[in-house]
Formats: sequence, C-alpha cells, structure tokens
Amino acid sequence: MPFVPVPVGFSGVIVCFSFLIPILLWSAVSYLPVIWHPLVKITDASKVPYFKPDMLVEKKTFALENEKLRLAGIPPASGIPANPVFLPAPHEVVEAMYRSFITPPRRNGEPWLHESLWHSIRIIFWGFFWSSLFGVPLGILCGTFPLFARLGEPVVDFIRYMPAPVFGALAVAVMGIYDGPKIAIIFIGTFFQQVLVVANTTRKLDPSLVEAAQTLGAGRLQILFKVVLPGISTDLYNDMRILLGWAWTYLIVAEYIGASSGITYFINQQAKYRIYDNVFAAILIIGVIGFASDRLLDSLGRHLFPWKSPRSVGVGKQDSADDSERACP
Amino acid sequence: MNPQPLNLSTAVAERFARLKERPVILDVRALSKAFYSGGAVHHALDRISFQVHRREFTCVLGPSGCGKSTLIRTIAGLESPTSGEILLDGHPVKGPGPDRGMVFQGYTLFPWLTVKKNVMFGLQMSGQASSIAESEAREWIALVGLSKFENSYPHQLSGGMKQRVAIARALANRPRILLMDEPFGALDAQTRFQMQAYLLQIWKNLDVTILFITHDLDEAVYLSDRILVLGSDPSRVAEWIENPVPRPRNRSQFDSPEFKATRSRLENLIHPQREEVVEQSPIPRMTTVGDDVE
Repeated sequence: MPFVPVPVGFSGVIVCFSFLIPILLWSAVSYLPVIWHPLVKITDASKVPYFKPDMLVEKKTFALENEKLRLAGIPPASGIPANPVFLPAPHEVVEAMYRSFITPPRRNGEPWLHESLWHSIRIIFWGFFWSSLFGVPLGILCGTFPLFARLGEPVVDFIRYMPAPVFGALAVAVMGIYDGPKIAIIFIGTFFQQVLVVANTTRKLDPSLVEAAQTLGAGRLQILFKVVLPGISTDLYNDMRILLGWAWTYLIVAEYIGASSGITYFINQQAKYRIYDNVFAAILIIGVIGFASDRLLDSLGRHLFPWKSPRSVGVGKQDSADDSERACP
Repeated sequence: MNPQPLNLSTAVAERFARLKERPVILDVRALSKAFYSGGAVHHALDRISFQVHRREFTCVLGPSGCGKSTLIRTIAGLESPTSGEILLDGHPVKGPGPDRGMVFQGYTLFPWLTVKKNVMFGLQMSGQASSIAESEAREWIALVGLSKFENSYPHQLSGGMKQRVAIARALANRPRILLMDEPFGALDAQTRFQMQAYLLQIWKNLDVTILFITHDLDEAVYLSDRILVLGSDPSRVAEWIENPVPRPRNRSQFDSPEFKATRSRLENLIHPQREEVVEQSPIPRMTTVGDDVE
C-alpha cells in the first residue's frame, strides 16, 4: 500500500497530466513573449542595410540599429520577440511531424523519414532477436544449474563492463560498413546484460515450487520445462521489456558506426539543413514508438499471463489485487 | 527412554494392538542429519528411529527449531541423510518420488495452472493420458469440495482452499504415505479447525497413511494415533506417545480427561523449563514507564 494512494478513478487523468505538464511548459516558453524570447524576428527592415524580413537578430543589435535610425530621423525597423531556431513551437513540430512523412528527401537517394524509421526498427529487431536467442537460454541455464553459473557468469560480468560502442571499430573491420556491425553493437549491448538479468530472474523462482514438483514425481527435464519456464515467464517477460528499452539506447551509437543510417542519419541531415522542427519531430517519433510498443507489450502480457498481471513500469500500474493477495495469505 | 504409558481404555488399547499388526509402511532407522556451514557442524537429527504402520495417523511434535522439518524433508527425499536409512515398504528411499506425497506449510500450488491443472500435474508427470488425468483430477477436487473452483487460479483462492488443493494434488498420485509439514500453520484459527476436521474425514475414507508435523499441541492430540515427540538440539526421539483419546474425534473431546492428560504430558515434554527461563532474563524496567499500566 503506497503512503498516499492515488484517488480511485484518477489514475488515467494523472497519466494525461504526466504528458500535459511538459507540453504546457514548452507552450509557455514558445507562445508567451515575456518568457525568454532572446531574439527579434524582423517584420519591417526599414533602412538597415543587412536586415531582412524573417531574419532573427539579437535584441541588443536590434535596439542599437533602431537608435541609429532614430538619430538619422528615419522610421525604426519593427519586429516581434522570437526564440532561437533550435526551439520550435509545439504547433511547428506537430506540423513538421506530418510534413516530414510527406516531403520527399532533399537529395536523390536520401531515405524518406519512414524509410529511416523502418531501417532503425529492423536493426533493433535483429540485434534483440539474436541476443535473446542466445542470451535467454544461457541465462536460464546459469540460473538453474550452479555449474553453468560458475562457468559462464564471471566472464559475462567482465565483458558487460566494456561499453558496447568500443567494439564499433572492430565490428566494422569484421562485418563491413552496412547493417552487420550495427546489429552487432545492439547484440553486444544487450546480450551480456541479458544473461545476468535472466539468470537472476531464474534464481528468484520460489525453490519450494521445484521441491513440490519433485515430490510429485517430476524429473529434471520436466522441472525445467513444466516448472522453471512457466514459473519465470512473467518476470522474464518484464525483463525483456526493460532490455528492449536498453536496445533502443544503443541504437543511436550503432547507427553512427560504418555508413550512418536510420533515424540517426535522418536527424543529423535535418540538423545540417537547420530544419529543427524535423529534428524534434523525429525525436518525438522515437519516443512515441518506444512508448507505444511498451504499452502494447504490457497489455499483451496481461492476456498472455491471465494468472497474474505483470508488474508494469510506471504507467497504468494496476495490480492491487495481486498486492492484497500477498498482504493477507 | 522409558515412557510411562498414559492410561489407555481397553477399547483404545485393543485398537493399538490391531494397528501394530498392520504392515509397516515407513521404517526410519538411526537417521542422522548434520549441516556443515563454515567449518561449524550443526546436528539437526541424531539417530532417530521409528516405524509407521499402514493407515496410521502419526504426528511429529517438538519445540521450534528441533529439526521436525528436516526430518520430514529427509523422508520426502529433499535432503539426503548423513547416516541411517529410510525404508518405504522395505525399499530404501533415494531422492524425492511420487510414492511420498508432500503438503508444505507455504502455498506451493503452481500459480500459472488452474486448480484442475495443478491436481493433474503429478498424474501427467507419470505419463497418464490427459483425459484420464483430467477425470481423476475432477474426482479428487470433488473430494476436497472445490468442484466449483476447478478452473480458478490459485491467487483467486483463500489460504484454506489452497491447502485443500495441495492435499488433493498430493493424494492424486496415490502416495504410500502423505507427508504434511505444518500444513495449517499459516491459517487462521477458525479455518484451521475446519481443515483439521476435513483431514480426519479424508483419512477415514481413504487408504492413506499420514505423517503430520506440527508445533500445536491441541492439533497433535486431536488428529493423531501416535505422537512422536522430538527433543531439541540435536533432536532425538524424546517419547513415543500412544494417544488415549478414542476415535471418532470431535471438538467436545478437548475437555475430556484423556485429552487434558495427553496435552499436559506433551506440555511437560516440550516446555519443561519455561518458567525458569523467564526468571533468568528479567526485563529491565524502563524509567519512563508510568503507573497507569498494571
């Protein structure tokens, strides 16, 4: 029971607020001229030789030039307060989000935004797939049999402390400059953590369940497949959700390696062209994809494991039935 | 060891004579178990010997930490003995097996399986076809009165219901002996009474031998034919008591002279020095304690 529980029926509203608050702050900085707005956007250049409409100048420069015009008896230039180009307003970003999907790339051969995104998702998928294919069984083995734990975990623990990006140059040398080394970086970043996390989850399984199965006549393989695997499945599922989040953080590093590609390449290109609304749009889209996939996995988990609602990370946490069960056996 | 038997009425004495003619199911011979940790040796069990006859209800009683659980876990095969041996129907016990069903104190139902699938678990492990296992499981669930809940998951059941499912799950394997390690210890008093009555019913109607661990004196006297009292550290057999309370049992017997005599006998065996211990460790009076507490 939390110290101050969320009022019943309000948790959905509070989730909305968790998004609304940053958006309101952003809007305030963007739309209220009294907050920040260090620049002036020229609307009428008057006779200042280097002023042009829509140009952004420092407030100090603007005042200085107008002072000169006043002394010369010429009507002053006019402008409105503005923020720097790297902080677009919310509506500009929303517009850019839409526009970036329908605008063809500037140069021939450059990928569209959706192509960049799809490329990134494929890299994550394969990196995470290969990592899980080896990491999960190895983790379960280490968690079940002490022999494997002694044999495998020390070296995994050693390699885990090497940051995945340091293998970048090596991966390019071995696997070329295209997708191979990128998938390898995601693999390296995920795999070693995964083995240890899964081994730990497996060890946390209540040993009395294994003992109960033994007294019911289950053999070693039956215990592994009929008790250990289903017993850890909910926790394992949650581990995988968290590890998938880590894989996303390795994506940006991975995409810098070899031939830059995917969403990182898109963001860098847009920044070079100084189209910051597109940069924000792309960053937000990554967030939306991550958040949406996590929510999707969460609700999928509820259907996969009807005997228990998986502990979700943060949002929409509603396993009070589970808690009260544990409190009064 | 020279036990002075409690006075048995003729009917009860004759019953014990008949009971001892039945075949021996469980034969524990000079069983010792020591745990080694960091060079120190802890003797949990010291040369324990006893026999359990077919359809006998035996309670094992002892002070907490005396190794009751170690004893039953060793019989179940979950611990291996340091020396001595355990014979089940004359065959030595090696490791856990379905011939010794176990009901644990904690709830050990598989949370990912429904009540029915939990009860089917042992049957399927031994390779039964699932249609047969299912119909057998239904019968066992009906026996413990949970037919309405056969498709519920364990987290939807109360503590007493969970233990009933655990009993059905253990019985479904038709074990030679049912080992119960303080199975009702975590239940509230009311539910515990119900479960005890329930267990006696099941025991009466099935060919099942029960070895039941408890630290509750009333529970031991209410349920058992014989009571094995263990001394502590390391635990030895302190006494083998033949319970003089006649069967069938009911709650009104709690006030009968036999019940009280047996209970006080057990009390003396288990807590002989209780008052001295209290005097040896006086609780210092705190200066802030007021006079309003008598």
